[in-house]
This record gives sequence, C-alpha cells and structure tokens, in this order.
Amino acid sequence: MSYINKPKVAHPSLPTNTLGMTRRQYEGSMSTLCAGCGHDSVTASIIEACWGLSMRPEQLVKLSGIGCSSKTTAYFVGGSHGFNSVHGRMPSIASGANAANRRLTYVGVSGDGDSLSIGIGQLVHVIRRNVNMLYLIENNGVYGLTKGQFSASADIGTKAKRGDVNSSPPIDPVLLALTLGATFVARSFSGDKAQLVPLIQAGLRHNGFALIDVLSPCVTFNDHEGSTKSYTFTREHYHPAIEADFVPKAQEIAVDYAEGESIPVSLHDGSRVILRKLDPEYDPTDRTAAYNYIETKLKQNEYVTGLIHINETDSTEFHNLNRTAQAPLNSIPFEKLSPGRGALDKLMGRYR
Amino acid sequence: MPGLSANANRVNDFVVKFANVNGTGSASANSLVMKAIFRMGVPVTGKNYFPSNIQGLPTWYEIRVTRDGYAARATQVDIMVAMNAETYSRDVRELASGGYLIYDSTWPRSSLLQRGDITVIAVPLAKLVNENFDGVRNRILLKNIAYAGVLAALIDVDLEVIAGLLNESYGKKPKLLDSNSKALRLGYDYVKQHLTSPLPLRVEHMDKTRGHIMIDGNTAAGLGCVYAGATVGAWYPITPSTSLMDAFKGFCERYRVDPETGERNFAILQAEDELAAVGMVLGASWNGARAFTPTSGPGISLMNEFVGLAYYAEVPCVIFDVQRVGPSTGMPTRTQQSDLMLCAYASHGDTRHVLLFPANPEECFYLAVQAFDIAERLQTPVFVLSDLDIGMNDWMCPDLQWDDAYRPDRGKILSPEELAGLEKFYRYVDRDDDAITYRTLPGTSTKGAYFTRGSGHNQYGAYTEDSAEYQVVLDRLKRKFANAPKYLPKPVMVGKGGNEVGIVSLGSCDGAIREALDVLGRQKIGVDYLRVKAFPFNSDVEAFLKSHSTIFVVEQNRDAQLKSLLTLETAVEKSKLHSILSYSGFPMTAEPIVSGIRAKLAEAPRLTAVPRKT
Repeated sequence: MSYINKPKVAHPSLPTNTLGMTRRQYEGSMSTLCAGCGHDSVTASIIEACWGLSMRPEQLVKLSGIGCSSKTTAYFVGGSHGFNSVHGRMPSIASGANAANRRLTYVGVSGDGDSLSIGIGQLVHVIRRNVNMLYLIENNGVYGLTKGQFSASADIGTKAKRGDVNSSPPIDPVLLALTLGATFVARSFSGDKAQLVPLIQAGLRHNGFALIDVLSPCVTFNDHEGSTKSYTFTREHYHPAIEADFVPKAQEIAVDYAEGESIPVSLHDGSRVILRKLDPEYDPTDRTAAYNYIETKLKQNEYVTGLIHINETDSTEFHNLNRTAQAPLNSIPFEKLSPGRGALDKLMGRYR
Repeated sequence: MPGLSANANRVNDFVVKFANVNGTGSASANSLVMKAIFRMGVPVTGKNYFPSNIQGLPTWYEIRVTRDGYAARATQVDIMVAMNAETYSRDVRELASGGYLIYDSTWPRSSLLQRGDITVIAVPLAKLVNENFDGVRNRILLKNIAYAGVLAALIDVDLEVIAGLLNESYGKKPKLLDSNSKALRLGYDYVKQHLTSPLPLRVEHMDKTRGHIMIDGNTAAGLGCVYAGATVGAWYPITPSTSLMDAFKGFCERYRVDPETGERNFAILQAEDELAAVGMVLGASWNGARAFTPTSGPGISLMNEFVGLAYYAEVPCVIFDVQRVGPSTGMPTRTQQSDLMLCAYASHGDTRHVLLFPANPEECFYLAVQAFDIAERLQTPVFVLSDLDIGMNDWMCPDLQWDDAYRPDRGKILSPEELAGLEKFYRYVDRDDDAITYRTLPGTSTKGAYFTRGSGHNQYGAYTEDSAEYQVVLDRLKRKFANAPKYLPKPVMVGKGGNEVGIVSLGSCDGAIREALDVLGRQKIGVDYLRVKAFPFNSDVEAFLKSHSTIFVVEQNRDAQLKSLLTLETAVEKSKLHSILSYSGFPMTAEPIVSGIRAKLAEAPRLTAVPRKT
C-alpha cells in the first residue's frame, strides 16, 4: 500500500469536467493493496472514466464481493454508496438493488476467485438475467488475501510462486460470457489505461450487462517468471484486436476513422462507441465469430483485448422483460402500491 | 345399519377423509364438499396430506365438520371415502368404530372388508361414470365429482349450494358445467335410489361462518406483502412456500399493473438458489424497496451467510419460512415447527434475529405487513415462521380487514433535506440513544454516501480492526435486540391467569390447544395459556413464566426448541417447564395435550384445578 495520504485540497488549476468537478473528487479512500498492484491501476481507470463521463457520484452504486479486487470499491468515487457483500454473492445484491431502482448506475468489481469459483453460479445468472450493470473482473490468476493459491483462471502450466505447477484448465470469463449471450463483453489489461477507460465508459452506458475482464497482475504472488499472469507475460501476449473510442452524447466525432475499419455503435443514452478494428478479419457484432476468434487466439497464447462483443439492439435487459415501471420501484408512493380497503373487501368474496 | 345409534348426536360434528391418488383431480372435488359445508354456515377445516410427488402416489384430504369451530385436526375419522385401492386396507383400519366406509363397488373388494363395527357403503362409481362419460381423463376427473355427489346425499349437503359453487367455477364453460353437474347428480341420485340417507352424521344449516373466509396462509401472506407495499420479491421454488410467491404474483398482476401502459409496479426475481434469493432481498432493501423472500428450512440453511451480513450491516430483510419436516430434505409435504433455533441464531458469530409466529392465515396477513415495519424500523432480518399446515391448508378465518390510514414505518431513513441539515452523516452512530441508527439510500446525495460492509466496522462506517471500535458497534446491536420487543406483537393470553398450571406455545398449535383447554375445562382442570407471537420475548412472557408453577410447552418438533429458547432467553427455572411435543409431520391434535397434562397432573394432584394463591 501507499503510505502517503494525498492532501484533500486540490490545486485550483486542476482540470474540471462539465459538472465542475476535478478527478480528485472521484477518488475514494486510500488503497490498502500492495504497491504496484494492477488493481490500483484499474481503480485509476474507473476514476478517469467516471470523471470523463461527468457522472454524478450519488448516481453511481458500487458493489463487490470479497477479495483484493472487492476491496477496491472503497478506493474510487467516495461520494457513492458502496456495498461490500459476501464472497461471490455480489451479483445477487446487484440484481436486487437494480430491481429496486433502475435509474442508478451500477458497477460491480470482482476478482477471478470471487467470480469464477465461489461465485460462478451468481455470475452466470446475473448475465442470464441481463441486469443493467458494469461488471469488472480484476483477473490475476491467484488468491491474494490467502497468499497465492491458484484460482480457476490460472492457465495450465503456469507456475506458482512456491513452484507448484497448475494442471487444471482455466475458466475464461470472456468465453463464458459469450456463451451465455452477454451483450457487452470486453477484455483489457490494467496496464493499458488508454484502452481500459473508454471500455469502462462504454460499459457504464451500455443498456444491459457489461463484462470487462481486466488482466491485473498480482505483484506479490503472481508476477514471477513462469507465471502467465505476470506483467511481463501479459505485455508480451496481449493482442489488441479492436480498440474502442467512447464518444459522449452530443459530442461530434472529431477523429477521422478509416472506411471499413471502424464500426460506430450508438448506445442507449445517445453516446457512441467507435470500434476500430486492428485486425481486419474481426467482427465484434458477430457473437459466434467473436467466440471462435478469441478461442483460436487463446490457443496461440494470445489474449485478445478490446471490446470483443457488443449487441446494442438486444432488448432482454431485466426491466425491459419485466415491463417495470419507468419510475424506480423504491420511489412509487405507497398509495399506488397498496390496493386499500375497498379492494380487500371485494376480494374476500373469492374466499367464501 | 350398525353404528347408527352411537352417532346420533353427531350433526355438524364429524370427520370425512378422502383417500385418493394424487394427480387425479380429486382436490377440486374435495374442496367443493368443504366449501359447500362452509357456505351452509357450518365451521369446517380442510387438511391436505399429500405426497412429494406429481402423480400416482397416495394422497388424503380430511374435512372436519366442527360446529364448535375448532381449527385443529380431529383425532378420529368417521367417514372414509376410500378411492385408492393401494391404501384401501389401511384406510379401512383407520376408520373409527361405528364409522362409514364409502367405496367404489365396480370392482368387488369383499376380502378386504373384515370389520364388523363399520358400515360399508358400496357405490359402483366407475361403472356409473363410464356409462355416462367418454374419455379416460374425463372419466377419472368426473368420478371425483360423482363421489362428491354420493357424499352430499349421505351427509345431507345442500345440493343448491354445491350447484352454486359449480356455477361459479364453470359458469363461463358450459360444457364443463354440464358434465360436472351431471356427475354430481349421478352420485347423488344413486344414493337416493339405492341407499338410506342421510346418515346420522350429517350437516345442518347453521349461521357460524358469516363474516368469515376460507383461505390458506401462503395466500394471506402474499396478499399481506402487496398491502405492505413490497415491490421486490425474490425466491427459489421450494415446497411448501411456493404458493406464497404465486399468490404475490397473482395479486400484483391484479393490483399493480398500469391498465394503460402495462407497466408493473413490482419485480419478481426467480433466483438461481436461495443464496441469491436472499441476496436480492438485501440488495433491494438496502436500496429502499420493501423486499422479501419466501422459503422453507433447506432455504434458510443456505441463506445463513447473508442473514449474518444483514444483521451486522443492518439491512432490513423479510424472510418467510414456511416450515416443513426436517432435518435435511426431510418430508417436504409434511408440517413441523422445527426451524426455531435455526432462525433465532442464524449465521456465524454472535447473531440473534427477530421471529414472528403466525398461528393461522389471518395472522399471516397481518404479520406479513408488520414484518416489513419491524424490519425497516430495526434494520435487521425478520423471519415470519409459518408452517405447511398454516401455509397450504384452507382455514376458516374472520374476513381480513384493512385500515386505509395505515402508512408503512420505513424506519430511520434520512431524506435529502434532513441530510442537508446535518454537519456530517455517520451510518452507525447512535444519535437517538435507542440503538437504532440512521441510514441513507443510494442516489440521495454524496453527503449521505457510506460504505456497507460485513467486515469489522466502527460507528462511522469505516473498516476497523480496533477492538474497542468493533465492540461499540457489537454492543449497540445487542441493545437494539434487547429493545426489539417494544416493536413486536405481544403474546396472546387465554384464561384469567389465575391458575397454577400454564401452557406456553406458538403458531399452529393454537387450534389444538384451545380445543384441549375446552376438554380440560369440562374435567375441571383450569389451565392458562400464553401464545408467543414474537421472539425476542417480551416482559409478558417473563411474567407468565414467573406466575405459573407448572408450565407445559407445546410445540411441533422433537427437540423442544421453543422450550430451549425460553430457557436461554428468559429467567425461567428449567424444572418448571414440561414439553408436549408432536413431530409426526401431521398437524397437532388436542389429544396429546389433554393426555400429557392429565398425566403430569396425576403425579401432582394438588395442582388440579387449584387456583394460584396470591
């Protein structure tokens, strides 16, 4: 962890967003993770993304389970409500919270242990339920808080710090999410802020469940030679196939994108994502093609990164299917919820 | 006919049991008979003893015609409608001496009829039905209605009343109405032409059901959730709680859908398991919706982890536990009160929870509403401990009442204006010195933002590993629990309280106890009765325990769980408490209570009918 708490007072020349807020105002409490932890970089990207979106902190809800990654919800956007729940069960908290108030923006932060072992059932079902939220997996292949056991995302042949070699196949959250029909699936690397920030912004604005698997090396337990989740290995093997540029609502597209290499996707709220294909063979709107591409590259030891799949036309978001009232359920006046005495008196006839 | 004279005084006071095969549609015929008797103004109970199975296994339905209005199961069967060949011999055995056996004589069963003390009534039901109707499924269904007709003739159920009921069910389907009416007449007319009727066990019009309904507890609880303003229901299907969510859904579709837009003011989430179901309730409650989950024992076992989080992080949460027979999978379609200890101390670490004990469907409705008020006032999980007998059987209850002046108690939730007036907001600071702290809802303002966690936290809501800071919060939680009774329903007292002997019980034992008190009263044995409606116990419970020298604790489990709670959570002398237990899986009857109390008092005759010296 860092031992120097930054002063609360911000320099007057710090840039502000459209709400007049500085990046500093999107920070949370001080991180207690190890110095150099990939998760802290992800936290920084979340702060940057929320600042860039000019998001009102009180409109954001932060949810997590248990583990190093789950602690990080305390380290960004201190002005938001946070719920650090129990191990692997954040998706159910998110589902209930979202059911109660569809208007807020929900971001869940989880890890590979939290999401792919103890909580894989809940992850699978929150995807299936298509709850409108951004779900980040800070994926490092190990259990950090219990000191370095392999997680379910550890690759075959990867070596633990103490020398054990993993022999069980990994569960890849990206392939899992694609299989389940998730409508926004991305992978990134904690060390690539330029790629990660627009992905987070697009994921927050996507209407439905958005998964970003972030390779986020554990400097203490999984950053050695022989590990396939180290900084060195990840930098060497990550393969940006498709870059995403996030364009907020009402902002002109300023950059020229080459014809045929870029795909503009309009998001629910009027903002846009411009997908720039670095690999011309790749089509991120075709789920089957995306799956095959990722799997092929994985076999070649390459982590494909970027916005791997997006389907913005899908209408299976939970509240859409439920036909929930537009007003948040938690705001509907009691008089509209309770049928009253007259209705009850009438109903009694059914039971005579 | 033998046995006639013995039953001469049994007008509106006897038991009919139907032995059927499940999945054959017998339930509608049986409830038709029950409802007709109810509409004749005669109090009645209906108990369904069904298997954990969809089709093919034995199932029984028992109607108690009870002019005195007893709610409990009776101890003897007077009329057996034996429609299941597989259970035929045991059904014959179960019949009380002097009773009547109705069977389908299409196939002779003379070898099985070895009792001389009962009257056998042979009706060729299958033959009658096969001669008049086509189609295998149709014949199976209508045979049930035909035996209802037989029974109607034998016990003198008003045919007009039954016709009225059929009309209500099939009024819009004339073909079904015709066939059902015809089947009913087939049975009825056969009796009138070939047998002596009515039997001495018969029904006569009374006026004791006016202002009453027949309803099951799960329906009433589901309705209570709607009236309480619950908007989020999360669940995983489990017998015997499933019909609670079915009812909630049905009522929501009736009362909560905007007729113009089709928009729904509710969300029901069928979770992947009970862990997720209760997690969803926590998420929704934390976010300011009234949310609940119905489940049964195995579900509670799974929910333990989250229940501890809700207790420690102080998130309101309403859980209906419609108890069934444990341990483990147990007998899912049988009743018990065996989750008391599980719920009272659910989850690891020092935890204690509020429990509510409805005794009948009427109380399921009112306690469902109250459960949300209590959960939000105390910011803690509240368990409503119903059981299969209450939840799935039709009980006669007074009409449910509603006061339009009722407004939910949402507890201490700070509004944006209140927050603006505060210098700083801290989630767990005891500002009012009542051990209940203020909470804020997400979306309110950055000033109200806080971090909810199940890890060690101080009163400011921050993570802590400091012993003193941790204990401040934990000790306040203890005070909160100690203060809880003032928000909880008071126990119900029956009797003047002047006897030395008392009964303490809870929930669905109530009917059996009230009946036992009548029996004991006729034998000049005076007993006071206190029924707890909530845990933690209030001072009335303590006073009752103190003022009675011999106390019978009546409950439906093997291990005397209510007695355990009383000894753990009150100052009562353990030696004063005597258990009367029923854990067969069938609803309790008055018999073990009467005999248990009589046996004990025989050891100490001084107590019999001796009022307490003051």
